[in-house]
Amino acid sequence: MMRRGALTTYFLPRDLHPLAWWTWTLGLAVAASRTTNPWLLLTILAVVCHVVVARRSDAPWALAFRVYLYLGAVIVLLRVAFRLVFGGAEGATIILRLPEIPLPAWAAGIRLFGAVSAESLLGGFYDGLRLATMVICLGAGNALANPKRLLKAMPPALYEIGTAVTVALSVFPQLAESVLRVRRARKLRGGGGGGRVRAVRTIIIPVLEDALDRSLQLAASMDARGYGRAGTVQARARFVTGLLMIVGLIGVCVGIYATLDGSTPRFLAAPVLFSGLAVALVGFRFAGRRVHRTRYRPDRWHLAELVVAASGVAVAVALFATSSVDPTNLNPSLTNLSWPLLSWPPLCGVLLGVLPAFLSPPPGTPFTAADGVPEPAAEKVPA
Amino acid sequence: MIELDHVTFWYHGHAEPVLADVTLSVGEGELVLLTGRTGAGKSTLLGTLNGLVPHFTGGHLEGTVSVGGVTTRSRPPREFAHLVGMVGQDPLAGFVTDTVEEELAYGMEQLGLPPQVMRRRVEETLDLLGIADLRRRALRTLSGGQQQRVAIGSVLTMHPRVLVLDEPTSALDPTAAEDVLATLARLVQDLGTTVLLAEHRMERVIPFADRMLYVPGDGTVVDGAPPDVLRDVPIVPPIVALGRLAGWEPLPMSVRDARRRAEPLRAGLRAAPARPAPTGDGPPLLTSAGVVVRYGPVVAVRGVDLDLHGGKVLAMMGRNGSGKSSLLWALQGTGPRQGGTVRAEGTDPRELPAAKARKIVGLVPQTASDLLYLESVADECTAADLESGAEPGFCRNLLDRIAPGVEPDRHPRDLSEGQRLALVLAVQLSAAPRVVLLDEPTRGLDYPAKAALARVIATLAAEGRAVVVATHDVEFVAAVADRVVVMAEGEIVSDGPTAEVLGGSPAFAPQVTKILGADWLTVDDVRAALPEAVR
Repeated sequence: MMRRGALTTYFLPRDLHPLAWWTWTLGLAVAASRTTNPWLLLTILAVVCHVVVARRSDAPWALAFRVYLYLGAVIVLLRVAFRLVFGGAEGATIILRLPEIPLPAWAAGIRLFGAVSAESLLGGFYDGLRLATMVICLGAGNALANPKRLLKAMPPALYEIGTAVTVALSVFPQLAESVLRVRRARKLRGGGGGGRVRAVRTIIIPVLEDALDRSLQLAASMDARGYGRAGTVQARARFVTGLLMIVGLIGVCVGIYATLDGSTPRFLAAPVLFSGLAVALVGFRFAGRRVHRTRYRPDRWHLAELVVAASGVAVAVALFATSSVDPTNLNPSLTNLSWPLLSWPPLCGVLLGVLPAFLSPPPGTPFTAADGVPEPAAEKVPA
Repeated sequence: MIELDHVTFWYHGHAEPVLADVTLSVGEGELVLLTGRTGAGKSTLLGTLNGLVPHFTGGHLEGTVSVGGVTTRSRPPREFAHLVGMVGQDPLAGFVTDTVEEELAYGMEQLGLPPQVMRRRVEETLDLLGIADLRRRALRTLSGGQQQRVAIGSVLTMHPRVLVLDEPTSALDPTAAEDVLATLARLVQDLGTTVLLAEHRMERVIPFADRMLYVPGDGTVVDGAPPDVLRDVPIVPPIVALGRLAGWEPLPMSVRDARRRAEPLRAGLRAAPARPAPTGDGPPLLTSAGVVVRYGPVVAVRGVDLDLHGGKVLAMMGRNGSGKSSLLWALQGTGPRQGGTVRAEGTDPRELPAAKARKIVGLVPQTASDLLYLESVADECTAADLESGAEPGFCRNLLDRIAPGVEPDRHPRDLSEGQRLALVLAVQLSAAPRVVLLDEPTRGLDYPAKAALARVIATLAAEGRAVVVATHDVEFVAAVADRVVVMAEGEIVSDGPTAEVLGGSPAFAPQVTKILGADWLTVDDVRAALPEAVR
């Protein structure tokens, strides 16, 4: 009885912490970056699509996932087309002989058309598929977690940046609205004489004046509502915080680069990455401590978030582990053509990524729909 | 609660102070109504209360302003967030977040309140303002009245001791304005919040107001109980004008007060004025039939037939989103129209190029300033003459007739609302259209500016033009219109002479009608019907 109750609570519809979904998608993207095996890449794609379809909400950003799919297809096609246009004769199996266009001497090293080999086309396809998979993984992150809520989940030290980005994003629909309104109004004045430059000017000036007016009003409103009430800090403390953050972030950048690029010395990978992360976190903590601000209904990190994040990390770890054991299956040979082979360990590793489709709670109600709350009692008064 | 001690304020570069040696104090739980002409310094006075004036606007402030014992001299506006809640005219411009719930919590996040307290206060405020069913809605999708209530809620969650509102209902239809004002009245009654309110539609607020401040524009402030202040000020609602005319003492502040004293006046009046027929004798200047406007799945205008007659003024009423603007734009020919016919001067204005269409039907849109894009009034007039093919100086002449004394080298943005509207009207009239459509021209106008606009409209009609005014302002309609059309959900729900349509509906009846009965629309009607001796 007890256990059933806990299960019910676990699967109550709610929006997961956005970081959980982003950890999961980044895990899959990292895994995709480690392999060119088309079977594995297609499995990753299938896993991502399945989870997105199972766990996305009806919000507009979630519906943009299909755009990322199209983008992926375009990437693959472009990669293959490039091999056709700029010559792909590496390899023995020539399958197409196009007439080569002679280029002048200063363009030496570039070939236009000519013979095309199956190996180079296949190489282009593998490469494109890998890039497309990584892009689609990012699209999945976008579809599963509201990008704006990710901004809200930023550490307190970055709050100002988060607010600035939120406000900036809300400006674009407003600008588009103003342009439409002013263009319509211009027609009422008969379109006016003069050329195109004048016509643009007659639209841009009212729109910009409008935008400036609005931003001044917004600034006044934010000021009146206490934005930037944070206490003051000494210059010394601020310097230490800044230094910690910058050193930490450099460490993180170097660490990520080394991790993804197999040829850099190993001591630059995990050790630098984690120590950089640690330094940056200390910096954030220092910066956040002076902020007297709180969060309304912050996203909490529960068991379901752990499951989702862990499954993404597991996929990445599985591909790292198998690449050190048996790298040939992950990057199929291009010198002698054969069907790429697939071994069990990486396949099982990738399949771990599908767990969130079953083990995470479904998304909460879309935020445009009314809540169906009954009429409020008129007598209620704040304490 | 609020203390102003010898406060004087100048904006930089202005010779005259906006506020000159103002001293006043407002106690706890008072509702204070602030009135005065546009540009007289109402917003400046309100802005001093949390330090936005002068910390944000610039300028020079002398004297002390203190709220709850804290002076604005020592702290920036953000340190007043928990003391003074500010609500502006345009709620959408002040929203920081995307959804109702987040917007309500924003101020509390800045104050650093614990999450449980925030959660509780958000729920309480949602209930208090009756917006609980909107909590997850995106702010941009709300109606004007809902947005304004969210804006009030977003400062109430901080539990401010003083609530300051600068013309909170200027952009709302009568029902939405009623909602917002009723909410305010309840806050004062239930919570004892001190409220300072600047408002053009005084008639709705006067019954609740404990005190009234009048800013004449010379820097001083007249302070007193509403009946005392209203006895002498030049801008008054119709109910007070009627009270003055009838010599009632003290002046009535609500329709109920006035009705109880109106019996002798009613008995002494001669017959109600004869009203001209709502449609002219000649053929209509513009005919339309079955007009349909839709935006995707939303039907804005649903098969409307409307004829406009020369020499007549038609008022178009109805709540926000009932299709008034869409219909006007469709009649002018610039807006979309999916079905139906429009004929004016033998053609369909939509078929003509924009420059020709405006010579037949002229439209002044809701945000009139969208039409202005040059640096000075003189440049705008010259451009208008060119665009309309009129002789040089024609537009300027029109402007001088509508609003005399607008300096030619002023920037259009620096003009008052009334002057800017006059300029846009002159620009549009320079094309000499026979049909003139005005979309919400009374927005942001004070009583004298509205009276001036009413005179202009009467002149236009006298010249034989057909005039359409879309507006929420019942008193304005009573003064100018011959015929009223009420729209709802894209259809015309009633159409008839002004006295019939307005008098027959409690929601649209002007104050004089509520007091004296359906035959009487304006104070001028009553004045004309008074026996000679009293007049």
